[in-house]
Amino acid sequence: MHPLMNRLHPDVQRRLMEGLGVEESSAPLVSRRVFLQSAGATGLAIGFGWLSPAADAALPSAEGAGTGPLAPNAFVRVGTDNLVTVICKHHEMGQGNTTGLASLVAEELDADWSLVRTEYAPSDANLYKNLAFGMQGTGGSSAISNSFLQYRSAGATARAMLVAAAADAWKVPASEIKASKSTLTHASGRRATYGEMATAASRQTPPENPPLKSAAQFTFIGKDRSTPRVDSPSKCNGTAIYTIDVKLPGLLTAVLAWPPSFGAKLVSFDAADAKKVKGVTDVVEVPEGVAVVATGTWAALQGRRALKVQWDESASTDLDSETLLARYRTQATQPGTPFAKPATSATSSSPVKTVEAVYEFPFLAHATMEPMNCVAWLHDGMLETWSGHQFPSFDHMLAAKAAGLPMDKVKLHTLVSGGSFGRRANAFSDFTVVAVNVAKAIGGRAPVRVQFSREDDTGAGFYRPMYVHAVKAGIDAQGRLALWEHSIVGQSIMAGGPMAMMIKDGIDPTSVEGVDKTIYDLPMMAGTLHSPTLAVRPLWWRSVGNTHTAYVMETMIDELAVAAGRDPLAFRLALLDKSPRAAAVLKLAAEKAGWGKSRRAGVAQGIAVHESFDSFVAQVADVSMRNGKIKVERVVCAVDCGVAVNPDVIRAQMEGCIGFALSALYYSEIELKAGRAVQRNFDTYRAMRIHEMPKVEVHIVPSTEKPTGVGEPGVPPLAPAVANAVAKLGAPRVRRLPFTRAGLVET
Amino acid sequence: MPITLDVNGTRREFDGDPETPLLWVIREELGLTGTKYGCGIAQCGACTVHVDGQTLRSCSAPVSAAAGRRVTTIEGLSSRAAKAVQKAWVDLDVVQCGYCQSGQIMSATALLEKKPKPSDTDIDHAMAGNICRCATYQRIRAAIHAASAQLAA
Repeated sequence: MHPLMNRLHPDVQRRLMEGLGVEESSAPLVSRRVFLQSAGATGLAIGFGWLSPAADAALPSAEGAGTGPLAPNAFVRVGTDNLVTVICKHHEMGQGNTTGLASLVAEELDADWSLVRTEYAPSDANLYKNLAFGMQGTGGSSAISNSFLQYRSAGATARAMLVAAAADAWKVPASEIKASKSTLTHASGRRATYGEMATAASRQTPPENPPLKSAAQFTFIGKDRSTPRVDSPSKCNGTAIYTIDVKLPGLLTAVLAWPPSFGAKLVSFDAADAKKVKGVTDVVEVPEGVAVVATGTWAALQGRRALKVQWDESASTDLDSETLLARYRTQATQPGTPFAKPATSATSSSPVKTVEAVYEFPFLAHATMEPMNCVAWLHDGMLETWSGHQFPSFDHMLAAKAAGLPMDKVKLHTLVSGGSFGRRANAFSDFTVVAVNVAKAIGGRAPVRVQFSREDDTGAGFYRPMYVHAVKAGIDAQGRLALWEHSIVGQSIMAGGPMAMMIKDGIDPTSVEGVDKTIYDLPMMAGTLHSPTLAVRPLWWRSVGNTHTAYVMETMIDELAVAAGRDPLAFRLALLDKSPRAAAVLKLAAEKAGWGKSRRAGVAQGIAVHESFDSFVAQVADVSMRNGKIKVERVVCAVDCGVAVNPDVIRAQMEGCIGFALSALYYSEIELKAGRAVQRNFDTYRAMRIHEMPKVEVHIVPSTEKPTGVGEPGVPPLAPAVANAVAKLGAPRVRRLPFTRAGLVET
Repeated sequence: MPITLDVNGTRREFDGDPETPLLWVIREELGLTGTKYGCGIAQCGACTVHVDGQTLRSCSAPVSAAAGRRVTTIEGLSSRAAKAVQKAWVDLDVVQCGYCQSGQIMSATALLEKKPKPSDTDIDHAMAGNICRCATYQRIRAAIHAASAQLAA
């Protein structure tokens, strides 16, 4: 999912529902939930200039929050058991936003962190929409940024009601009551826990404008390790429940015979042998393929092995990575749709040195640890689903459409997922819809979990598209940039689905982000885009367009610095007058990494900086080489993500982004041959392992700016920083990824 | 003839296909879902359990291979080393998505039970079979050292 979605019309869900022919309700339309309160951001003297009251920040009512008894809004409730429950509207796929959202509420509520619990919100866009999207969904590294005021206001409201209840009970002014660690106290010696006051507080009127704390008053926000991850214990003792762990009476498991190649069509199948496998209950055709349904996963897999299926692959034979790349390289030399034109004010100095390069990026699978899955259960005229519903609004609508039910007869249960990296933020809701289709095909006889095997997940999935960039850039006699011609070829991620409304003037913003709006001052840039269509389904992959654009921009800038005889750090800083935050992270990373100081023999440093999702990240990579093979020894990372809500979560995300990006740089590639993915499992689609992980140091820039994303922005600078170090070590510039192709890492 | 298993100290019987991987018996017959499916070919380590104290990729071992042997899953961890590992994992907030972490903890525990003071190279060797796509490796290493220090205390 992408931050550019904030351009979506507020009525986007209604329009999509109309387009899909999905009804919201089978009952006569009545006025649904209304927003009862305003967020109270107005006039807060909390020292952040960017804070402005937004109608969207209004707190919806408590209908989604259940009983409390104190449940003043949809995000928090306080029980008589003294527990605070935070209802999280965002999907937890590892990035720590559950902890982040809970810490925002706990901060303003002055809750005892050990008494804070979390649960995941139901699908209800009215209550739980992402304020950056207008729909309920998680992505674009937006979870904390869009919730920062909303969740704090939710906590402040509950706190004000608890204080007011105590003031009434003790007959003292509210201003004399102190709230701390889930306890209310008064100088007279009166004392009550939040639990003891919860029932009385629930009878108070929620305040319109609960005051929020100043930054100086924070006890959790920005306080390192003050709010450890809420999901650590359950993920360390095996009790965390993922989709694959759901238990329901009579639950069946289905695996699919998926089309073996992209574009293949089902001709016929013979289920006789499959049905002989003990435990197989059904073999059914669904739009996605042929589903083998069984009492357990192993029986389903055995049944699939015995199933005979005939496919028509005639449409797939031409789909081949090498052929495609050749076609893309040709297209890159031809004019496409312009995305950047040189400003008329651009200097007209002539380049005296030019660098020309063509870059090639492969298809990438997300390869989440938990292969895709979803449980669907049709019963009593309704549908229930259990999954890592990263984008409940899409999953809800498309599940309803597949089931032929109105949306109010569809209930989503959102569980934590074993990784996503973009895979579960899917406007086609493929993993949800296939489960509904199988549930329908077995007549709703039992709940059924559709489980992708690892091979299905890697080979039949959505991919980060293949891209080719062709760049010609030059410097003038003074070593200043004087030319930048940039051509990009690759599938549009947003075309062909509900996101297509984001494409403007033929430009999918996710294809060019990081080039068209760069941190550098490049008024001379001319950019052109080709967006071919293929049978392979494209999807965002952690940091989206920046996965390839940052590599091109930051290695080309480096080459130009070398061509100009300038230090790569100084060369960049000279171009960053308009991006002081980018310059600041660059300087910080360089300083902490000892940039410019001599390294031991065989070790070189590379540097890169990139802005994505409104955050700025710079990285310096120390890379060594032995016998032509490289090792990334250390990465120093500086990040400016505005207010650092949970510093340790931010560090963890930077560490994870660096490892994830390095894994792709070294090894990741899905090759297509005759329409089939060659790589199907971790033996050929390699993932980085512990001995390959560099030492990572993260430095967070102190900031009072609006908080911005951390789940993705650590990815883009890693690959170019490493590549720039490799070039310093004397290896030829690597322009086709992954590095295995250049023989730089062991295969 | 049913296969008799000792899982987490409890005697269990399985009367199905003896070729069924141990993973699916643990998860779907015994209901112990902490052990995860990741790849099915012993490449990722998400399914790691202990059999007679040794790590085993349960996705690729037939249940018959565990007959009469002592199987320990994440739910049954009780040794001093295991508790130190789990505590260190929580103290350092190692987890992100968490899906691989049962397997990581099983591998780390087996390492510390044999070698209470592992070197970084020992850690590399013991943990290289466990993939973490969230790349929590730096914290995994730190947590193993922390657990080791706790065991020595």
